[in-house]
Amino acid sequence: MLKHAVSDVWQWLDAVPDPEIPVISLVDLGIIRDVAWDEDVLVVKVTPTYSGCPATTVINLDIENALRERGVKNLRLERQLSPAWTTDWLTDNGRAKLERYGIAPPQAAGGPERCPHCGDTHLERISQFGSTPCKAQWRCKSCLEPFDYFKCI
Amino acid sequence: MEVTDALQQFATRMGDNTLILGHRVSEWCGHAPVLEEDIALANTALDLIGQTQFWLGLAAEIQDEGKSADDIAFLRDVWDFRNLLLLELPNDDFGRTLMRQFLFDAWQSIHLPRLALSSDPRVAAIAEKASKEVAYHVERSADTVVGLGDGSAESHKRMQAALDYLWPYVGEIFDTDEVDDVLSEAGIVTHPSSLKGEYYALIERVLTKATLSIPEDPFAHKGGRSGFRHTEHLGHILVEMQWLQRAYPGSKW
Repeated sequence: MLKHAVSDVWQWLDAVPDPEIPVISLVDLGIIRDVAWDEDVLVVKVTPTYSGCPATTVINLDIENALRERGVKNLRLERQLSPAWTTDWLTDNGRAKLERYGIAPPQAAGGPERCPHCGDTHLERISQFGSTPCKAQWRCKSCLEPFDYFKCI
Repeated sequence: MEVTDALQQFATRMGDNTLILGHRVSEWCGHAPVLEEDIALANTALDLIGQTQFWLGLAAEIQDEGKSADDIAFLRDVWDFRNLLLLELPNDDFGRTLMRQFLFDAWQSIHLPRLALSSDPRVAAIAEKASKEVAYHVERSADTVVGLGDGSAESHKRMQAALDYLWPYVGEIFDTDEVDDVLSEAGIVTHPSSLKGEYYALIERVLTKATLSIPEDPFAHKGGRSGFRHTEHLGHILVEMQWLQRAYPGSKW
């Protein structure tokens, strides 16, 4: 039977959007940890962002649908907990896409670098938790717009 | 006691802690005093339920009877639960909810990074994952305890009342038994008694900053961790949490 090239599979997965932040792909998010053939079974290793992230089930379903559409017949999804997901695995492309979408990308300093709307650096935190487990709520003191910040973990 | 039996018991305790607290915290969904707090509580509850999936999943795997984390969560009765009594107590007001959260987060923030060094790779992986989330939880619950304790006369009064009420339930964290001895000897867990000093130092620092006085009575309620005797409140949680699986066994969505 046909074994698709692993590099093709990565490309297909790079076209699957994150269900909660659809501007970035699952590959951009850094949660696809490995793609490999185990004899005639394609094994995709996925790591959760946050333990309780409700998107996890949908993500697995989206991966399965995307690969089945490409003709992958034997597929196994494996959950990989360790090493734990870190925002360091977000691709540069993903970070740029987040900012264009209005979500400040994670920074090692623990807060956003600038307002994703006007670029000003006078910011304040509203809450450590936001609309999804991976985001916090911040506000720009210059343009006064609230915005999401992708937490650094 | 065999190491596998001890490990199954340990994973059940860890999972029951996060399951019962996760359920309690989720009771606030749609009721918190401000929107940001509502979102924060719901997110915390989600993290806890997610951690439950891992711990009870591990307990089920060790048990090896073909059960899932869901089976363990939804098809056991009060006497099989192994959570700390502290976590099954009713929420009461927002102050008591956040005080309980802080007392537990503080423990998790010390305990989990040690477990991440476990000789059992499954325990280490779950603990490594969970400790990242708990770092956020404890930062927020400690800040809120300080903000409300050192706040208005009313908020101070309520936080002191919350601490007085919850204090007799804190000591159970260190009510260790053979499970802890066997597992710490095997290098799978750090014995809780060795973390006691660090824990009390952390909560004392935060509670002092919050201008609250720690009660002097060392009496501790026990029985949740060992399963000997739960409070009357646990049964009421289970009625709400389990009714669907009880009424419609095996139903899925």
